[in-house]
Amino acid sequence: MSRQPTGTDKGTSKGAGPRTAVVVRWVVLGVAAAAALVPLLAMLDFSTRTPTGGRSGGAWSSLTTDPDLSAAILVSLQLALLTAVVVVALLLPTMLLVALRLPWARQPLELVCLLPLAVPAVVVVVGVAPVYAWVVYLLGGSPLNLVFVYAVLSLPYAHRALAAGLGGLDLRTLVEAARSLGARWPDVVLKVVLPNLTGAVASTVVLVVAVVLGEFTVASLLGYDTLPVAINLVGKRDAELSVAASLASLLLAFVLLLGLSLLPVGRRRRAAPAAAVLSPTPAAPPGTGAPS
Amino acid sequence: MSTATRQSTTGAAGLGTPGGVEVRLEGLRRSFGEVAALNGLDLTIGPGELVALLGPSGCGKTTALRVLAGLERADAGTVVVGGRDLARVPAHRRGMGMVFQAYSLLPHLDALDNVAFGLRLRGVSAAERRRRAGEALELVGLSAQAHRFAPQMSGGQQQRVALARALAVEPSVLLLDEPFSALDAKVREQLREEVRRIQREVGTTTLLVTHDQEEALSVADRVGVVRAGRLEQVAAPQELYRRPATPFVAEFVGQVNRVACEVGAGGAEVLGRRLPLLPGSTTTSGPGTALLRPEDIEVAPEAGGSSGGAPGGAGARGTVVQLVFLGAATRAVVQLDGGGEPLVVHLAARTGEHTAPGARVVVRAAQVPVLVR
Ligand SMILES: Nc1ncnc2c1ncn2[C@@H]1O[C@H](COP(=O)(O)OP(=O)(O)OP(=O)(O)O)[C@@H](O)[C@H]1O
Ligand SMILES: [Mg+2]
Repeated sequence: MSRQPTGTDKGTSKGAGPRTAVVVRWVVLGVAAAAALVPLLAMLDFSTRTPTGGRSGGAWSSLTTDPDLSAAILVSLQLALLTAVVVVALLLPTMLLVALRLPWARQPLELVCLLPLAVPAVVVVVGVAPVYAWVVYLLGGSPLNLVFVYAVLSLPYAHRALAAGLGGLDLRTLVEAARSLGARWPDVVLKVVLPNLTGAVASTVVLVVAVVLGEFTVASLLGYDTLPVAINLVGKRDAELSVAASLASLLLAFVLLLGLSLLPVGRRRRAAPAAAVLSPTPAAPPGTGAPS
Repeated sequence: MSTATRQSTTGAAGLGTPGGVEVRLEGLRRSFGEVAALNGLDLTIGPGELVALLGPSGCGKTTALRVLAGLERADAGTVVVGGRDLARVPAHRRGMGMVFQAYSLLPHLDALDNVAFGLRLRGVSAAERRRRAGEALELVGLSAQAHRFAPQMSGGQQQRVALARALAVEPSVLLLDEPFSALDAKVREQLREEVRRIQREVGTTTLLVTHDQEEALSVADRVGVVRAGRLEQVAAPQELYRRPATPFVAEFVGQVNRVACEVGAGGAEVLGRRLPLLPGSTTTSGPGTALLRPEDIEVAPEAGGSSGGAPGGAGARGTVVQLVFLGAATRAVVQLDGGGEPLVVHLAARTGEHTAPGARVVVRAAQVPVLVR
């Protein structure tokens, strides 16, 4: 994906005719598609192989029957959605407040939100482990406890996506116009801000889900069985099954992304901002990084 | 306002409260750090009146308007609308319609839904909402654009929709903060006329903030000149122009010539005439500077030396240094022989045609009261 701009630049900057430009475009698209699809097809091929050289859907059918795996899938999906909700519910009002009332806090907030990128996951675990001792003591040992770390870990992406959406609005004027028309603060958030941020919120959700479905280190070190952890474990006894699970979670994320980008954004409006923010998502393919 | 009254009216279809309400701002103060944006501002707007606030940039006009709207709190002072103190009433319950300088249509709604937004917040039924929003759009002449979104409309159209949106909620007070300043001169003038027409039709008490004096003078019932957070003078346009209360108002509104003069018992001795002083004069005896409008200076060609110009006494002699043809009149710049600031004067069309740069003239003040500082 990142190669695409350079390719097209070359094609057009030489003043090449429209036909050359079209050819270059398709070549670039083809290369990009191959780069994305070949590993996926290889995964599909591997996961349907049998040791004797035949074909079998066995690994795929045991995706749902393998008790460890199906439990982990459920946990990860719940975690992903819970984290997305928590992050949006916490970050959006905070960013609104900062944009409208505390403009001096904008940069500090951005810095804080970017911090998790700068701290390696292993270090996060070291810092978070004592806290989790308390969390487990107070809330019990459910893997859903991970929502707290995951909310922190997805802050950089969520902040970027929401900031891009907010940056496209003249928030102060819109809010003041709405207020003078009789909007209470809840009305302002629900009827003015949110409808104009559907794209940004959707991409935030996608990014958070991608982060959560792909996170291995923290879950593993804190000892929770999320999907990536389970895939890694399964991979030690059944490689085909683990690859099938990886591919399945990738496809799931892809379908999710597609669904959200097709969402009717603001009725008849151009969905440009939404698409722009959605594009980085494939850079964080879930489920693949850690295992195998 | 009941549905019955609304249906009984014609034309504007009953938008707004007939007659309007009175607005009183008393002793408003507001500081941002060291800057005193409002410094004891008092203003009363009569029911149904359109008052324009005029003043240099940063003098506190917008702040005053925002305090009235409840979007900004005042450090001190009271806001009374229709006899009710609004100190504890938040912006969303003040029932005021506001048009901002920046484009403020909600991007996710089309023109009609934007206009209906305030009604939706008030729980008006969908059908009623559509009808009233449609009426408001018709009032600003944009029925055909009802289903356009903000980016599909010109700046002028967007501001008209914003005006319709402000009017649709039948506001007690209409607040306009330089609503047309981003538009080109022609559209601005047209919209200005339209606002005036609609405001007359609807009868809503209106406060217009502007730094365009032509806009203020041509549209408003009364114009308030703001300086450093307080009101310098508030008066009908002609009064403001002819009888400025302070030198600041005289110099800020319209054009003035600064002419050295001598103030005595009977008035000021200016350009060969003794003129009565206006009450706001800051110099009441001795040497001072008279503030004379260009049209208050009479110009005559210098007669062959002996007679000394126009009948009735001597004026001051000078040379025309520049002529600007304006159509109906010609603006001339005259340098007096005695030195000092060159005078800007208006020549009638005929006189202008027969005058050339370098011409010798005699100038004389017209018999009008004058402000001396
Ligand atoms: N939110 C704010 N924070 C700090 N200073 C402010 C704020 N709002 C206004 N001011 C200051 O208060 C003074 C008055 O501002 P205001 O916007 O009322 O001026 P104005 O008369 O509307 O000017 P303009 O014609 O340029 O719009 C200015 O010096 C401005 O810098
Ligand atoms: Mg202003």
